[in-house]
Amino acid sequence: MLRLRAAAVIATVTALSATATACGGGTSSGGGSNDSPKTLTYWASNQGPSVEADKKILTPELKKFEKQTGIKVKLEVVPWSDLLNRILAAATSGQGPDVLNIGNTWSSSLQATGALLPWDAEQYGKIGGKDRFAASAVASTGAPGKDPAAVPLYSMGFALYYNKQMFKDAGISKPPATWDELVADGKKISKDGKWALGAEGSNPVENIHQTFVLAKQHGADFFDAKGNPTFTSPGAVAGVKQYVDFMAKDKIIAPGNAEYSQNQSLEDFAKNKTAMVLWQNASTTFKAHGMKDSDWGVAPVPVASGAPGAGKQINSMVAGINIAVFKNTKNLNGATDFVKFMTSTEEQKVLCKAYANIPPVKAALSDPFFSRPEATVLKNTLLTSAAPLPQVPNESQYETSVGTAIKGLFADVAAGRQVTTESVKAALTKAQQQMPKS
Amino acid sequence: MTATTTADRQAPPHDGGGRADSGQARPKRPRLPGRLRRISLPYLLLLPALLLELLVHLVPMVIGIVMSFKELTQFFIRDWGTAPWSGLDNYRVSIDFDAPIGQALLHSFFVTCAFTVLSVGLCWLIGTVAAVYMQENFKGRGLLRAVFLTPYALPVYAAVITWAFMFQRDNGLVNHVLGDQLGLTDGQTFWLIGDNSFVALLTVSVWKGWPFAFLIIMAGLQNIPRELYEAAAIDGAGIWQQIRRITLPSLRPVNQVLVLVLFLWTFNDFNTPYVLFGKSAPEAADLISIHIYQSSFVTWNFGTGSAMSVLLLLFLLLVTAVYLVLTSRGRKPADG
Repeated sequence: MLRLRAAAVIATVTALSATATACGGGTSSGGGSNDSPKTLTYWASNQGPSVEADKKILTPELKKFEKQTGIKVKLEVVPWSDLLNRILAAATSGQGPDVLNIGNTWSSSLQATGALLPWDAEQYGKIGGKDRFAASAVASTGAPGKDPAAVPLYSMGFALYYNKQMFKDAGISKPPATWDELVADGKKISKDGKWALGAEGSNPVENIHQTFVLAKQHGADFFDAKGNPTFTSPGAVAGVKQYVDFMAKDKIIAPGNAEYSQNQSLEDFAKNKTAMVLWQNASTTFKAHGMKDSDWGVAPVPVASGAPGAGKQINSMVAGINIAVFKNTKNLNGATDFVKFMTSTEEQKVLCKAYANIPPVKAALSDPFFSRPEATVLKNTLLTSAAPLPQVPNESQYETSVGTAIKGLFADVAAGRQVTTESVKAALTKAQQQMPKS
Repeated sequence: MTATTTADRQAPPHDGGGRADSGQARPKRPRLPGRLRRISLPYLLLLPALLLELLVHLVPMVIGIVMSFKELTQFFIRDWGTAPWSGLDNYRVSIDFDAPIGQALLHSFFVTCAFTVLSVGLCWLIGTVAAVYMQENFKGRGLLRAVFLTPYALPVYAAVITWAFMFQRDNGLVNHVLGDQLGLTDGQTFWLIGDNSFVALLTVSVWKGWPFAFLIIMAGLQNIPRELYEAAAIDGAGIWQQIRRITLPSLRPVNQVLVLVLFLWTFNDFNTPYVLFGKSAPEAADLISIHIYQSSFVTWNFGTGSAMSVLLLLFLLLVTAVYLVLTSRGRKPADG
């Protein structure tokens, strides 16, 4: 009988404690506080060749911050494939890091969730003011007319990287400046198992980066002024078709690139299989794949004709990373201090050198490192001929739906199917119909 | 069973005799009769599991159902309570088969049905054949058994990533073997994009799933008395007749559960296509679970995603119920 009673007691206690455990753990959501001033959690995006490499680069800097402020920073480098989902989950649950990196193209979408701390004039004042940063970088931190959701951390632009030896072998003396030249050069290179251009056909985001610029050059945008999608405008269709045609019609991209999604095109470039890639700040990745800096050259991304500039002469998106503070942080002052530290001129030089990025902080540009050929091309591009991706709340959805549609078009090419203006338009129509009503 | 019931009935309504005698000294208070306490104990012991089950499975399910009636977009995910109710709109969008979202869902549903039928069928067939052969005692049987079970023991992610490498067009093992070594193809086949992705997905699913069928059927076979086979052999039954008349009928109860479990696992499989193809699966391999995931994140409208999930839940419930009714109807006369 005693045993029976003991069993009953154990069962009840277990049940109650299980319930209590499962219900615990939640905290109230709301604005930030300073309840735990000695620690910070930081989600960094993967900027270097690997997550491990990033940890090596960032850890000494975080120690420096700890020494200065006494605040211990817990670092997690989140791979790109997980970052947006992790941020969404954090926004939903209210359980997130204190400080986090976001792709600058997501700024408006994430701003709409209300999960990130707005950077009004007062908040910006705490890190030295908005004027310290390049205007193009600040333009990619949230929807126009609203307080920015984040602060620029690293700036990147697109450039044409080319393999010097492969160009020499094909008898090409200078990198192409227009698309016609690129195709003509490409046809000279693409034979005997060598190919002219690399692409990441199965990576929706990369497809967006490339076609956004081409559509701009055809005078199109993917959203109108009210934020409604205009994916099927003639210019947008022409831009997408031009990109897919590099593989389908011009045959200067290897068909195998249709299934690339993990930067295999950069590996092919480093292994002398592909002569050109259109990429953002690629030098550290080339080095990681064993390529010497002297083996490759860099030039602005081609345009239809003339020289890169504003309007139809755009040749890059304003790529980059922003740093944001999670509104639910329990260490608001510490988080602000950390953003101040990461965007200080000194740290900007250290970090942007390590990642071969362009510092959005103007004062840091004086370092001679940012006058190398690669940095000069990227810097000029960002200053004169780059445009931010649409800063609308549905930007993330645009990346997924249009990027996936282009992935499907590449798969069509790989399967030997024809890609026509009609088939491109049909794919983009389907993508547009998936967009939420705004 | 009968003996226990009788004993229960004969048990005195109070505690044991010794206690009843000494009970006079104790203060009289209303107590649960022993029988009630004995009956309630199993329920009490089940309580922890029941509460956890409620918390882990039922609560999220109910929240999911509530979400399906809301317009839960990025503007409201931070505070779900403020998301406006949308009535049946999410369901209407999901099953409007003339519009692209409904069409895509229907297409995905058909792909999943074809995939499930083929995968479960092949897993069962290969598992059964292997298990029957493994019944014979031969040298190296233990080793073979262990080898067969390896795919089941491997972590899903590691295994599927390996397959993703093998299916690569330019450097993959599959094209190398089929094209360069066997000469069956030109060695240029795309497996991870386009229509062939269905074959790739099915291959990985069967490779991953058949060892489970093998394991369960092997256990089932151990319970069939050898005498039956011996008697059948004496009566002149060949191997096929023995399989048809003894093995398969004896395995029926095992198969009923096995097929149901394999069906549910395969129909709901998310990991395999996600690891193989990434976030956006090719149309030919667009299984419903990954389609719902992609739909939720394309539009950031988690209400529509939830509505699709509820529809999937209803469909699986219906199939399971019909299956159980049909199979138990067949079993009852046999039991009787």
